[in-house]
Amino acid sequence: MFGAYRITASSPSRTARKTLVLDDNVAPIRKVIPIAPSPDKSPIAPPAGADAEMVSLYEAHKKIYPRSVSGFFSNWRWAMVFLTQLVYYGLPWVEWGQRQAVLFDLGARRFYIFGLVLYPQDFIYLTGILVISAFSLFLFTAVAGRLWCGYACPQTVYTEIFLWLEKKTEGDRSARMRRDAGPHNTEWLLRKSAKHFLWLVLAAWTGFTFVGYFTPIQELAAEFLQLRMGSWEVFWSIFYGFATYGNAGFMREQVCLHMCPYARFQSAMFDKDTLIVTYDEERGEPRGARSRKADVLALDLGACVNCSLCVQVCPTGIDIRDGLQYECIGCGACADVCDGVMDKMGYAPGLIKYSTQNAVNQNWTKTQTLRHVLRPRVLIYSAILGAVVIAMVVSLAMRTPFKVDVVRDRGMLARMVEAGRIENVYRLQIMNATEATQNFGIAVEGLPGLVVMSDKNVTIESTQARWVAVRVQAPPDAASPGSHSIYFVVTGQNGVGRVVEKSVFIIPR
Amino acid sequence: MSDFTSSFWSIYVAGITVVSILACLLLLWFSGKARAMTADDNTTGHVWDGDLREMNNPLPRWWAWLFVITIVFAFAYLALYPGLGTYAGALGWTQVGAHKAEVEAGERETAPLYAKFAAMKPEDIARDPQGQAIGERLFMNNCSQCHGSDARGAKGIPNLTDGDWLHGGMPDKIKETLTLGRVGNMPPMGAAVGTGEDVKNLANYVLSLSNSPNDSVRTALGKEKFVTCAACHGMDGKGNQALGAPNLTDDIWLHGFGENAIIAIVNNGKVNQMPAQTDRLNAGQIQVLASYVWGLSNNGVKPK
Repeated sequence: MFGAYRITASSPSRTARKTLVLDDNVAPIRKVIPIAPSPDKSPIAPPAGADAEMVSLYEAHKKIYPRSVSGFFSNWRWAMVFLTQLVYYGLPWVEWGQRQAVLFDLGARRFYIFGLVLYPQDFIYLTGILVISAFSLFLFTAVAGRLWCGYACPQTVYTEIFLWLEKKTEGDRSARMRRDAGPHNTEWLLRKSAKHFLWLVLAAWTGFTFVGYFTPIQELAAEFLQLRMGSWEVFWSIFYGFATYGNAGFMREQVCLHMCPYARFQSAMFDKDTLIVTYDEERGEPRGARSRKADVLALDLGACVNCSLCVQVCPTGIDIRDGLQYECIGCGACADVCDGVMDKMGYAPGLIKYSTQNAVNQNWTKTQTLRHVLRPRVLIYSAILGAVVIAMVVSLAMRTPFKVDVVRDRGMLARMVEAGRIENVYRLQIMNATEATQNFGIAVEGLPGLVVMSDKNVTIESTQARWVAVRVQAPPDAASPGSHSIYFVVTGQNGVGRVVEKSVFIIPR
Repeated sequence: MSDFTSSFWSIYVAGITVVSILACLLLLWFSGKARAMTADDNTTGHVWDGDLREMNNPLPRWWAWLFVITIVFAFAYLALYPGLGTYAGALGWTQVGAHKAEVEAGERETAPLYAKFAAMKPEDIARDPQGQAIGERLFMNNCSQCHGSDARGAKGIPNLTDGDWLHGGMPDKIKETLTLGRVGNMPPMGAAVGTGEDVKNLANYVLSLSNSPNDSVRTALGKEKFVTCAACHGMDGKGNQALGAPNLTDDIWLHGFGENAIIAIVNNGKVNQMPAQTDRLNAGQIQVLASYVWGLSNNGVKPK
């Protein structure tokens, strides 16, 4: 609720004011208080002009009306919107053999990803994916700031789509602001209804697609058309759809500002060589309106024409000219719109651009900036990321497509059978992770004369798991009384490899 | 809450619950405002270390509404579900009821499957791959705890794969065993047989029935004592499945092999029990399970 920030100590020069301040910085403070230990230990006195008053610790929501924007970064964002949504909406419809290519069958606990069939026991791969995602985020953030937020995060992507629908129905920023302020007439009703209808249709489709990753989507579509979807499927479709509608239509920047942890811990991943959206204060200030025909040199003004378009397009409602702020999601909308204005004014583009703190402060060229990409932090992140990716790929490639669990029979320790031979009973769970019926051979080793007495061949159907009771016998003189390590060797007979699992053989006294 | 004989504790607990929830709401209300020194630069006016200032960055108001929603949820939950003292809740939900509903739903789901097997002969179910798979799972979940994963039993627990049956091995007999359970009762017969020597002689005779190693002199002496046993085990010692009396001639020793084991059983008797499964398994499951168990010792039987 109460953030704190430290006013940078130095002369009130431009460079100092631009120093990265990653606390809850809202506006640069022009007044500079020098750092010096205060000898005065008396109670804190409020500064002059401060008033004691009751303040609400909760703030009414101020609606942000982002102006639509086009340009280089906007095109990139739309490319990412199409790419991510093509994958999201399209993937469940892709077929692989006789089944859906990507399907997480929670009921049967089988996870199909193209050619892979994963069991819950393969959870380690999910861990691998999460580690890779985390290190990718660290790496991209260290190099290029909040790329994820600005271009690929579902919150940004769906907000972008919803804003586009809003623009189609209600018009751009100024029209929307007028309409919200103006009379609630028939046109207001029709346009608002049209917007919410389109939003809801898209949200419902999004929710339906989400469930389509867990229930075969073609069956789900048939069930939907016949109005006989299961209750959980209906619940999750509505839940996910509602979350999409609420987050992309209403919450928008509130999600980034108050709910997402990433904005708050990004300071741990940023340094002064990280790409951020920057305003070239040296070039821009002092800002001011001027005629397009006026000679900029004669005016004693910087390049910023103070048109406020950079504030109007900002999806989180900040003024990038105040420097780096935690609210900035790095979408580059202000850079796009400012380049357009600079172009109209006949000025060079890049008053607002992606650059690094060091590059701006020290006027580096592009080559110099690029050279600073390769710094220890980036190299370490890359090395770890590369290692985890290689480990994951190798382990997937060398994976044996079946698993074996060995459990000693719970009811019986050991028994003596004919001719004094010792028998132990085990239960082997064999999990077939291929989509073909497989034959498995069961053998055992570890003690002289140890043999499998029960059926040595087991057939297990595609993607099924089966518990098999296995009797193992040892000759009377095989070993001393006690517990002995033995190994079950289960061999797939269609060249699917072998699995060795350890267990113990008990010889009674 | 049946432990409480007076309704005081129920009211006490319910009261504390309601008051606590309302107190949360009051806390939210009172802590939503604060007296602060405010300057025009959006700080509270507090300055530490000469340059560290505290800002006033209020949370969005919807955040407070989320808190209110949890309180509304709490009251809705307490109205619908048991949570306030002994109040049962409008939905009448209980753990037992939830479990029963789940079991019923499961049985409804598997009913068509078992209906198919109910119409089949046990001999055919034992050969049906699906019937075998279901039977195997039922056996693993319900029988293997005593009879072992391989159904070969242990001392005191019969082997189900050897074709030797105490109470009969036809499918309907197995079904009867599963449904009603069995109690095998061998009474202490030492006194009826005679002296300790007589019992020892008898034990040797019993060993001789299955051609097991025995003392031929004692066997000859013990033969006449077997009359006491013949009432149940038959004159030839081949047992009687109607009484659950084991066959003594087949070299299968449920309670241990050898002279001493036999003497102990004759002197002390033995009560052995197979528990009834009728409360745990439904008729369809018993049908499939009985067929599976029958199939364990009749794999070679050809379809008729």
